[in-house]
Amino acid sequence: MTSMLSRLFQTAFFALALLILGAALPAAAQQPTSVNPTAQSVKEAQLLEALKPGEPISGRASIPNKDAANLIQAGRDWRAYNQETLPRLGMLALLGTFVALVLFYLIRGKIRIDAGSSSQKILRFAAFERFVHWLTATSFIMLAVTGANVTFGKSVLLPVVGPEAFSAWASFAKIIHNYVGFAFMAGVGFTFLIWVKDNIPDRTDIRWFLAGGGLLSKGKHPPAKRFNGGQKIVFWSVVLGGAMMSLSGWHLLFPTVEGMAEAQWHATIHGTIAFIMTALIIAHIYIGSVGMEGAIDAMASGEVDLNWAKEHHSIWVKEEQERKSGSRISGAAQPAE
Amino acid sequence: MARMKFLCDADRCIECNACATACKNEHEVPWGINRRRVVTINDGKPGERSVSMACMHCTDAPCASVCPVSCFYTTADAVVLHSKDLCIGCGYCFYACPFGAPQYPKTGNFGSRGKMDKCTYCSGGPEEDHSQAELDKYGRNRLAEGKLPLCAEMCSTKALLAGDGDIIASIYKERVAKRGYGSGAWGWKVAYKETIAI
Repeated sequence: MTSMLSRLFQTAFFALALLILGAALPAAAQQPTSVNPTAQSVKEAQLLEALKPGEPISGRASIPNKDAANLIQAGRDWRAYNQETLPRLGMLALLGTFVALVLFYLIRGKIRIDAGSSSQKILRFAAFERFVHWLTATSFIMLAVTGANVTFGKSVLLPVVGPEAFSAWASFAKIIHNYVGFAFMAGVGFTFLIWVKDNIPDRTDIRWFLAGGGLLSKGKHPPAKRFNGGQKIVFWSVVLGGAMMSLSGWHLLFPTVEGMAEAQWHATIHGTIAFIMTALIIAHIYIGSVGMEGAIDAMASGEVDLNWAKEHHSIWVKEEQERKSGSRISGAAQPAE
Repeated sequence: MARMKFLCDADRCIECNACATACKNEHEVPWGINRRRVVTINDGKPGERSVSMACMHCTDAPCASVCPVSCFYTTADAVVLHSKDLCIGCGYCFYACPFGAPQYPKTGNFGSRGKMDKCTYCSGGPEEDHSQAELDKYGRNRLAEGKLPLCAEMCSTKALLAGDGDIIASIYKERVAKRGYGSGAWGWKVAYKETIAI
């Protein structure tokens, strides 16, 4: 009896031991020799390799500032552009235009009214048109000077006036730039509204360009409507360039909502177009003042010499005279024959 | 002179945010500005890592390069500092910084950001050491007292290391060799154009 009972215990013991061993064996097989907690961990090198241009390595930060969650924004493209390419481009655009204009003046001289000045005047720009022009012009010049200060100030002005004086000026210039920008935006908007109807490109412009605008040789004046091909280029550059300047400038003025890549992109556009526009406007100022006799009157008093108008805007003068005589016929009493 | 650097051992950082808190308290940093913060990558996923990040005091710092008034300077300890008297708050350093270090006390419109503020490596600014003006503008100058930045000094897991670049790199290398893993010297490649081989 006892032997039977002891055999039963023995069997039960072995069965239990087998059961435990059987359950434990696979677990023991799974147990690794050492723990590697970084098998799945993020590694900086991998993240940097996978980084797309303009995108940051970002995660989660427990502070409200969303930008704080961006850990690393690789790439120094903007810095390189802003400090190397842009100043070079700006120098080239500004000095290039200046040199070209000096050479043009030396070779061609001031463009005179071939027929000499007449006693008659013709109204070219009404008071509001002149106001819009000077609003855009004065704000543009202020913006160009204060803007160029950001690119060239520290290398040109800072060594001359010293860091304190330069910082005070730059601080003032920044405020001017930020506020006068709105006047410029308004000017560009009005420029578009009042002059777009006279600036649609057409066939006359092709002929005008083929004749070199009559700029290169004396006594040659290709026909032009109210605005010639060159002026249309200035108009569209001011409107489209001005729109891009306004848009990118707006983003830089109200920068709280954007990421770094956007801000860098806006600053790049802003600087690049600014120098191209400034170069163009220098040429515009030249031809509107010292470069051509009688041109300044259009934006000063608004009335230009009739001979000047006939030479530079022949079609417009004809239309204007027809319109005037036409309105006289329809409006007033018919003169007796 | 030493070449001061920061190194965050992400495998040790427990995201306690004590570094960020200590920094704010030590320097009485204005509301809304965090000179140091902790970023958690792959949060909630296997293998997440937290990294404490501030100004890395870059070699050939981009902020200094793009500054239109040249208000940045590098100290003999290779710490990148700036003058709040010269800063015009234009935001260019903020655009150029790879680590989001430069911040502004105001987020006002029309570009009214105020003077830029960033990590000083606990070494003040251009004012006289330990002067009231220096304390008000830049915070405490621990380096002048012979102490290292507080964030790294008080880090409970010693994840955040501050000090001479070669020394902290050797400490990190030793750790990696001993434990057999490391997720990298975060930010070093971007800031110093070199990294620690693991």
